[in-house]
Amino acid sequence: MTARDEVLARVRAALTDRPGAPAAAPGAPPRPDVRAAAPGTPPRPDRDLARLFAERAGEYRATVRHATPATVAEAVAAALAARGGHRVVAAPGLPTAWRPAGVEVVGDDGLTPVRLDALDGVLTGCALAIAETGTIALDGGPRCGRRALTLVPDLHVCVIEEEQIVASLADAFRRLRPESPITFVSGPSATSDIELHRVEGVHGPRTLEIVLIAAGSSGGQVSQAVSSASAPGRT
Amino acid sequence: MSFAAGAHDALGDAQLRANLRRATTTIRARRQDAVDEVDDWEALRERGAAAKDRALHDLAAQLELLEASVERAGGHVHWARDAEEACHVVAGLVRAQGADRVIKAKSLTTDEIGLNEALAEEGVRAIETDLAELIVQLAGDRQSHILVPAIHRSRAEIRALFAAELDRPDLSDDPAELAEAARLHLRERLLTVPVGISGANFAVAETGTICLVESEGNGRMCTTLPEVLITVMGIEKLLPRWEDLPTMLELLPRSATGERMSPYVSLWTGVHEGDGPRELHLVLVDAGRTDVLADPAGRDALRCIRCSACLNSCPVYEHVGGHAYGSIYPGPIGAVLAPQLARMEEHADLPFASTLCGACADVCPVKIDIPALLVHLRGRAVDRRRRLDPEGLAMAMLGRAFERPGRYEAAQRAARRGRGILAHAWRVGPLGAWTSSRELPEVPDESFRAWWRSR
Repeated sequence: MTARDEVLARVRAALTDRPGAPAAAPGAPPRPDVRAAAPGTPPRPDRDLARLFAERAGEYRATVRHATPATVAEAVAAALAARGGHRVVAAPGLPTAWRPAGVEVVGDDGLTPVRLDALDGVLTGCALAIAETGTIALDGGPRCGRRALTLVPDLHVCVIEEEQIVASLADAFRRLRPESPITFVSGPSATSDIELHRVEGVHGPRTLEIVLIAAGSSGGQVSQAVSSASAPGRT
Repeated sequence: MSFAAGAHDALGDAQLRANLRRATTTIRARRQDAVDEVDDWEALRERGAAAKDRALHDLAAQLELLEASVERAGGHVHWARDAEEACHVVAGLVRAQGADRVIKAKSLTTDEIGLNEALAEEGVRAIETDLAELIVQLAGDRQSHILVPAIHRSRAEIRALFAAELDRPDLSDDPAELAEAARLHLRERLLTVPVGISGANFAVAETGTICLVESEGNGRMCTTLPEVLITVMGIEKLLPRWEDLPTMLELLPRSATGERMSPYVSLWTGVHEGDGPRELHLVLVDAGRTDVLADPAGRDALRCIRCSACLNSCPVYEHVGGHAYGSIYPGPIGAVLAPQLARMEEHADLPFASTLCGACADVCPVKIDIPALLVHLRGRAVDRRRRLDPEGLAMAMLGRAFERPGRYEAAQRAARRGRGILAHAWRVGPLGAWTSSRELPEVPDESFRAWWRSR
């Protein structure tokens, strides 16, 4: 008997007291309703969500800069300048309008981890953002790039459009698709392994800069306010 | 070593107790803040428990579904009946790559099955990359907490360890400086070692998605930078559906570290072309889990998502720490999980290591009624002991003697004949625990029944 057959036989023998649950056929494709919810209608811009996201991401020691569609490149340049980002890699599908002037932007032609490590930072968009938890979600799409890009360089500058912000984790999972590699990022990497004393920045990027583009805010004011406060678990 | 002996040693260690009290007090407060922020926490716990139960109560079909989903997405699935087989499978996969080093993300399951030791025997060095696991590995120590394995170590002790083992006498005991030293020590390995090993927090049967929750980024590195990724997972980590993930991801970080979300959550579904490992293996481990599943009362312990809230809330854990439990799973959940995984052949004293105060049940995000399980397992431990020990045997024989008058009288006659031997055995025999506090009743020359008949 193979290990597989034996483990499965043991499982069945262990559950003889349970009335047989209606088993999904092995190998059946995922239930359609999961995917049906995925594309959905585009999320509605919501000022309250944007405010909540900025507050919570800030509490988790991410720096949040506000911009309008016209001032993104400027805000990105400011974020990079503040952190010494002179030579950065960009996600392949990053909109041209988001690329800062005066900074060397390297394309990703399959850079090895060691070469990525030699760069100052990475510049990406995101798949969506979650207000309640101050989380950005990356899905390997053109604006996000492959996972190593946002992992190895020490500085991550992430541009988020207000329309991309959803309220909750459940909302996020309705939109994300399991075929993509997904990473949720909530603040910079951290450890509390020594006496539960929180230290920001271990192996992942030690600095997370977020540029938040206000929805339909042509002509709106540019705030460069930087949020930072304490939050549950991050004190 | 028994829990009593371990606890005795721990209680004599003032430094350990101070470290523990500070840590558990801090983390309890953080958890409470994070939980209070959620309006429908109780409903969320119900949903979490229900999701785990749906998987566990239909586990064979769910496992087959997971296998099919992972393989459809380009991954390979392996099965292991026990710890030894799981280590053998992993060692074989590593050998096939010709690798002599692997980088490891924090994984309780691999600690449970003794993977690092098994790999070492094959000439493969497993490099722990989580800071606390690195501390434990460098010190040749044992983990004392599910989430913060080096919780028993103070910063001064860690500084001394790094000075000696990483050759860094220049370090101060500032946690930021110590973390930076670990980053430097591991950086080159994380970027270049071609085989990674991880555990899994959750696996979704219908999609084949594996989920890993962590803080430092070492987990992301171990699961995305190497060419080959081997994930080792207990069969109880299953969730049926994609929609179950947000429920669990809301419950876990708030319960574990008191954060709204852990810094990094990684989700991968098979091989993603041009992104991450080109070869993925999932090793599904039984190692006693089906024994736990076979006990209709005890199986609820398999819902556990390893958040460690029960450890942090337990007055017994706070005083004795994790080592006293002698298991990779300490604290209240360890007291119900460890003995069951070992078929009550080991750790059978752990269900008694509790005051049944109920704090653990209040905080459990998947509503495991740990006190009820502790009582249930105390019963199992006693039943098991009764079958084996002299007291149990004596009681069983007595029961048989009382069953029929003939047997009873024969026993009385035997007692009269053996009076001298009986008196000796009473003092020095194997029933010491019973006899030390009791007088041997005098055996009369004639029994009441014999007297009645001859009247």
